[in-house]
Amino acid sequence: MKTRAAARKKSPSDEWILRLYVAGHSARSAAALRNLEAICEQHLAGRYRIEVIDLLKHPQLARGDQIVAVPTLVRHLPQPMKKIIGDLSDEENVLVGLDLRPRLRRGGARS
Amino acid sequence: MPTRNRSRNVTRRRKPAPPSALAKVATGIDGFDEITAGGLPEGRPTLVCGGPGCGKTLFALEFLLHAAARGETGVFVTFEETEEDIIRNAASLGYDVPSLVKRRRLALEYIRVERSEIEETGEYDLEGLFIRLDHALRSTGARRIVLDTIESLFAGLTNAGLLRAELRRLFAWLKQRGITAVITGERGTDTLTRQGLEEYVSDCVIFLDHRVADQISTRRLRIVKYRGSSHGTNEYPFLIDRRGIAVLPVTSLQLIHTSTPERISTGLDWLDEMFGGKGYFRASSVLLSGSAGTAKTTLAAHFVDAACRRGERALCFQFEESPAQYTRNMRSVGLSLDRWVKKGLLRIHAARPTLYGLEFHLATMHRQVDEAGPSVVIVDPISSFTGASFDEVNSMVMRLVDYLKSKQITALFTNLIPGTGASQEVEVGVSSLIDTWILLRNAPPGEQGGRHLSILKSRGMAHSSEKRSFELTDDGPVVLSRSRGSNTARGVRG
Repeated sequence: MKTRAAARKKSPSDEWILRLYVAGHSARSAAALRNLEAICEQHLAGRYRIEVIDLLKHPQLARGDQIVAVPTLVRHLPQPMKKIIGDLSDEENVLVGLDLRPRLRRGGARS
Repeated sequence: MPTRNRSRNVTRRRKPAPPSALAKVATGIDGFDEITAGGLPEGRPTLVCGGPGCGKTLFALEFLLHAAARGETGVFVTFEETEEDIIRNAASLGYDVPSLVKRRRLALEYIRVERSEIEETGEYDLEGLFIRLDHALRSTGARRIVLDTIESLFAGLTNAGLLRAELRRLFAWLKQRGITAVITGERGTDTLTRQGLEEYVSDCVIFLDHRVADQISTRRLRIVKYRGSSHGTNEYPFLIDRRGIAVLPVTSLQLIHTSTPERISTGLDWLDEMFGGKGYFRASSVLLSGSAGTAKTTLAAHFVDAACRRGERALCFQFEESPAQYTRNMRSVGLSLDRWVKKGLLRIHAARPTLYGLEFHLATMHRQVDEAGPSVVIVDPISSFTGASFDEVNSMVMRLVDYLKSKQITALFTNLIPGTGASQEVEVGVSSLIDTWILLRNAPPGEQGGRHLSILKSRGMAHSSEKRSFELTDDGPVVLSRSRGSNTARGVRG
């Protein structure tokens, strides 16, 4: 079901809002942002927005999105909300997590 | 720059407390601070663990609420129950959490990690959790925190190795900052907690147990470890009621009761007369035993009535009759106890003995005594606790006697001797704890006089050794005759 939603053709107004929570300028945070940008450019070119939130500067913002692990990527739009934690180094997993690619166990039903 | 280094900036630099003196912080939990000689280790983590429904969340909550009421701020981090749940739980104990939050005495932080919502890819750590805890502590200036139940993280995230490492780091982090922490944990199969980790990194471990045997529920608390402090290894019974947790010290009481030469009336002139005309010692314990229908309850009620007449407060534990039934029955022998109830001098607490375990009864009695502040207590009868073993009843009575003595309360127990009075099992055990022991008997058929009363012993005072016959009339127990041998004996030992 999740994969079907992603497979639907998106109108140009369908903007993706992605929020990346990091803690300071760690190597892991930097890698996560780099990986995210690369994935977005490739799959969502022209229709995504990335907000980077440094929790060291804005600790109060961790509460709203229930952040525990760092880095955490939160897909705010489109709905439903998705969370991916880690440095986003595994592109396949990130795509699955963002519903940009179906899960493998779904018998390879590609979009 | 690695995250770890950055996170030090978050951490408030605070020198750890000198390791020599172990300071403790009071929990405010009834009886707990007594058995731990002061409470939980200050600035260190304490694990409170046990099975579901053992009372660990309540323990943790009380730890913060009592402190908040005293003006000390705490942070309650909940991983399982929502903020609304916590507010409701606290309200049932009479605490207004929203008001405490408003006055910055308490901060609630609900941390939810839902596995179904989360995809894990690549490396991560729990810095987000640390930042949240840090923010909660800093924004409130709190020195105490509760993490309930931290192991929920293991259900939400898959990398157990990383979680264990981060949990260790968290304990060290709390310790380094000198935060007094209570961490709750669910009991594991072979270990105190599911992860088997928290008990090693905590300075103090408290295990709560909830057992049900013979349909009677008993809660017990055990201090498994307490670094740097001596502690009892006993299992301490505790109860949970509308005032929260109450722990009963088992053996903390010693024979240090101060004794007073003051005497108080038995409520009957002729009985006072048998005790040298003065009655019982104040703060002593009296046992009235006899078979069925020997007016034990009536004699006990006279004692209560006399106390109320003096303007003292009395507390009556009734295990056989309801308060209404009890006062009505006493009215029929000329005693109006209702007026003392109305005046607020007498409190009658009735309970079914079989409904709860002995510990619960004992704990309830403690609470009642605390609330009523009586100078006189009667327990009518102690023999109704038949479900429990002889040893258990004995130990309960001993603890109750001890407790009442420590409060300078005069206690009177009635005890039913089954049948014709052959079995005196309970008495043999209890009597050594009792200062004054009165035996009541029905007169054998054909003999004159309804009932006989004799004093088996009365420590430290001259008392009559004769047998007195009395009859229950509308005006109470009236002495009929005086048997021969009106010599007095001095009771030295039981």
